[in-house]
Amino acid sequence: MKTLSTKQKIAWGLIAVLVLLYTLWPLFSILMTSFKAPGDLFSGKLLPTQFSTENYQTIFAGSAGELFLPALRNSIGISLISTLIAVILATFCAYAIARLDFPGKRLILNTALGVSMFPVISIVTPLFNLWRQIGLYDTWPGLIIPYLSLTLPISIYTLAAYFQQIPWELEQAAQVDGATNWQAFRKVIVPLAAPGVFTTAIIAFFIAWNDFVYGISLTSTEAARPVPAALAFFTGASQFEDPTGAISAAAIVVTIPIIIIVVLFQRQIVSGLTQGAVKG
Amino acid sequence: MAAITLKDIVKTYDDGFTAVKGVSLDIADGEFMILVGPSGCGKSTLLRMIVGLEDITAGDLEIDGKRVNDVPPRDRNLSMVFQNYALYPHLTVGENIAFPLRLKKSELNDDEINRRVKEAAEMLELNDHLDRKPANLSGGQRQRVAMGRAIVRHADAFLFDEPLSNLDAKLRGQMRTQIAQLQRRLGTTSIYVTHDQTEAMTLGDRVAVLKKGLLQQCASPRELYEQPVNIFVAGFIGSPSMNFVPARVDNGKLQTPIGELTVPDRVLKAAQQKEMVILGLRPDFFEDEEFVDEKVREHGTVFTATPTHVEWLGNEQYAYITYEHDPKLKPVLDELAHDLDQDEIPATLVLATNSASRVRGGQEGKFWLDTRLLHVFDPDTGDNLTRDPEAGQKLTEEAAEERQREIDRANSEKTEA
Repeated sequence: MKTLSTKQKIAWGLIAVLVLLYTLWPLFSILMTSFKAPGDLFSGKLLPTQFSTENYQTIFAGSAGELFLPALRNSIGISLISTLIAVILATFCAYAIARLDFPGKRLILNTALGVSMFPVISIVTPLFNLWRQIGLYDTWPGLIIPYLSLTLPISIYTLAAYFQQIPWELEQAAQVDGATNWQAFRKVIVPLAAPGVFTTAIIAFFIAWNDFVYGISLTSTEAARPVPAALAFFTGASQFEDPTGAISAAAIVVTIPIIIIVVLFQRQIVSGLTQGAVKG
Repeated sequence: MAAITLKDIVKTYDDGFTAVKGVSLDIADGEFMILVGPSGCGKSTLLRMIVGLEDITAGDLEIDGKRVNDVPPRDRNLSMVFQNYALYPHLTVGENIAFPLRLKKSELNDDEINRRVKEAAEMLELNDHLDRKPANLSGGQRQRVAMGRAIVRHADAFLFDEPLSNLDAKLRGQMRTQIAQLQRRLGTTSIYVTHDQTEAMTLGDRVAVLKKGLLQQCASPRELYEQPVNIFVAGFIGSPSMNFVPARVDNGKLQTPIGELTVPDRVLKAAQQKEMVILGLRPDFFEDEEFVDEKVREHGTVFTATPTHVEWLGNEQYAYITYEHDPKLKPVLDELAHDLDQDEIPATLVLATNSASRVRGGQEGKFWLDTRLLHVFDPDTGDNLTRDPEAGQKLTEEAAEERQREIDRANSEKTEA
């Protein structure tokens, strides 16, 4: 790799700052809005005249709390469960695709790709009818199953790429050393694939966490409604008032887990993403 | 400890390519067998079939008389050193070595595992590195860890797949010595795949030379060098490689591009079988005329030639002489070049002379050729017409005796220590 000259460094720095400004500006605006008191909301200024935590009180303890807290619980639970299932299934599936030669291998990959290509909005209406008839409407499994259809294909693809670049010799060495196929998989392949599995898990979690269409269409009560859908049901203090402040506060709250995950695992994410693409 | 027997082993891949076309080998208990050949000769495939990583299409593989064709690798009790070492990157050196033992947990307790790992580490001078990860080790150290993992199990046989090809030249020499000593000390049957003929010549009790999936010759290094069965083995073994020149018999003498050669009757008789033959001349059959010992002078022929250039290496000197290929032999030599993984057999003679020789490029010089040692090859079949099977047999028997002595010596040292 060649080192950058000072001029190039400055240019790249400038571009980075511009991109950051462009992407972070709306977030910052929401953050500031979330700290505004109701009367301050339409002041037209970016910064609140007075920092107030009133909105946060509303969503956690106040009137919106009944809506928000169960939704937060649903979101966390549903996202974690669908991530877990997706990663476990995808690990086995991707291993088979990367290592074994079996009829229908291409079919599985193509189906996975096809499923992920299918627009969510076109499936949601039939799914709504089906779920109501078989009793999955407004339940956790009723959301986990469609989330799997979103998270599984990408998990399989990422992990298959990851498994492919683990040298096959390692597994053969383990077999010669006296390991069964399962021991070789568990003691050699899984530990080596851990960063890849992590990356996949995080990506899968984001997908489930951020979903709105399924969340709003396949739920009706706090029994299963996730946060993105719940935000739409926020109401102002009176019917003449917009719940802008509360929505902003809730938006900030749901962003926090994502930020924490990214900060904690950024090393694994970066190495996982690049290792999938570049031969080590 | 085990004897390994290969009977007409064939490997055909799913795409129809046959990599190994019926190889039979008897590897004795405690023997160091080398599989050597140019790339694509099937030597690695053969090794992988022995260890069980490739299915055997036809033929029988026996370990100690038991057919193991369908036994999975984990139950064959063989250990293998891979070309890229295949160390487990997430485990420390100690755990890498202990890995095969940990899989047999029911049979071994932790103390026994630790003791064996220590023992292996001591043998390979890895004691200071047991807690490090493979990524932090040098190439030579990684290689030793791979060896450690192989010996710790007390396996029936060691299999090596070009284990030194990733090391630099100097380290390769050291590791070669270490492997040879280790094998003698442990007395474990070993099969070693390489394309490096120095490794083949120095390590092997016997060397099996393969070409395109067929076994050409399996003999001691000395027999391969002095009594090759055909032109391929002759060209493959030896560095710089053997010179091949056309020759025909005329007036009881051999007519060659470097002049008329007076040769022993044995050679002449062999050469008379064909209208034209290929002579095989090793570079060290030649000498600068000035440096020839008077005692042997009469056994050779002196000729004059002008070398195109000369390479001085300190311990000896190579002189290069170009000549014209006979067009009739071109197809044979082209095929040979192809088999040896070369573009062509250059029409150049390489002569190894005394390093004090004053012969220089562009100046005419007088050279002497020891004609007793000449090989005569049939240009149609490539067979060695001057081969003396009995002499070859004797060389290989001598090598076997020598090996036994070395093993005895290693054993007595072990008991003394």
